[in-house]
Amino acid sequence: MAVKAMKASEVARRVVEKKDLFILDVRNEDAYADWKIESDSFQYMNVPYFELLDGVEEIMEDIPKDKELLVVCAKEGSSQMVAEMLADEGMEVSYLEGGMKTWSEHLEPVKVGDLPNGELYQFVRLGKGCLSYMAVSNGEAAIIDATRMTDVFINFAKAKGVEIKHVFDTHLHADHISGGREIAEKTGAVYWLPPKDAEEVVFEYAPLTDGEQVRIGDTAIDINALYSPGHTIGSTSFVIDNRFLLSGDILFIDSIGRPDLAGKADDWVGDLRETLYSRYRELSENLIVLPAHFMIMEEVNDDGSVQEKLGTLFDKNHGLNIEDENKFRALVTENLPPQPNSHQEIRQTNMGKITPDIDKKQEMEIGPNRCAVKA
Amino acid sequence: MNADKVLDAKGMACPMPIVKTKKAMNDIESGQVLEIHATDQGAKADLAAWSKSGGHELVDQSEDDGVLKFWIKKK
Repeated sequence: MAVKAMKASEVARRVVEKKDLFILDVRNEDAYADWKIESDSFQYMNVPYFELLDGVEEIMEDIPKDKELLVVCAKEGSSQMVAEMLADEGMEVSYLEGGMKTWSEHLEPVKVGDLPNGELYQFVRLGKGCLSYMAVSNGEAAIIDATRMTDVFINFAKAKGVEIKHVFDTHLHADHISGGREIAEKTGAVYWLPPKDAEEVVFEYAPLTDGEQVRIGDTAIDINALYSPGHTIGSTSFVIDNRFLLSGDILFIDSIGRPDLAGKADDWVGDLRETLYSRYRELSENLIVLPAHFMIMEEVNDDGSVQEKLGTLFDKNHGLNIEDENKFRALVTENLPPQPNSHQEIRQTNMGKITPDIDKKQEMEIGPNRCAVKA
Repeated sequence: MNADKVLDAKGMACPMPIVKTKKAMNDIESGQVLEIHATDQGAKADLAAWSKSGGHELVDQSEDDGVLKFWIKKK
């Protein structure tokens, strides 16, 4: 039986549509425990490929015959080998094209709302939990928290027939490499960064300050910068068209930002609390919160988007409901999850201090984002 | 470190470094050491895990100018 290659986009569709899929992940156990393709509707089995070099007979009976079967590995080679062995045993089987490396890079654009003469899109990076945004209005576009897959954004804008005018990062990212600077260089757009996060960057940028207002389209939408420190000292949120709150890594759907990724947990706890418990409280509860990450599949809605009303988060997000300041301090500074892979090198890359090649960049971004703490 | 056999797996992508290592291990005796050269970064974690699961000992490893070297003592 012939082995088929399944594209990351096909896997993404199965995740969003909650379809069945049996994943045989043949990476080593540590890699699998650290990070895998997450879906509530999938079933999983992890057997490292090097345990299967002599044959797949031993695992045959553990693989259900009534489910679609996908073999997954880091880059593709091993999964293809194992898939071929399974096919020789008469199984109908696919392998993930490009492996987890490609899965990590896959972006799925989802429309989250209409804007005057335009739309707001969320780019969901299912494999890593990163969320980027493109606001389109009257032939112009702004991009927020772009990932390094810059072609996706540039081609999307081309297909929409809009010109990218502004590119923003809510903060200096520590979990993934920003595509902001590259998009700005390729399109002539302005690249905005919060100056307090950008003190060490080695390139030109436009400094984002509290209350700064950027307009897209002739008469259309306003993007208001709201200084909201805590995850990093420069962290800035944006309110688009008075309806959408792009909260960066400050507030997520089911968790809140962690203050330690730039090494300053104790210093920034107060800022984080001030932002979440005071500054955000002053905003309209009807704002739709659009964060820069999600951590678990429960945060992804049925339409594949990640969004929730601010008022709902004030009710349901535990990180917004810790009365006691000391308890809050303990939550965000003690027993934190491990820091994202290569977070120091990723910060250096985003500052322009080092310029790794594409293989190295992919290597640095392997694994989940781990930007949140959950109460 | 003195090796009894050297395997050049440079330029090979996963799973070939492990496939070749497994074959090369068949050619040496218990207690002898196989030295492997590879450039696939994934080999680091995989060779360590493979050695462990097979009961072999990963005696040493190094990285020099993009070339990974491993010394594995056969069970």
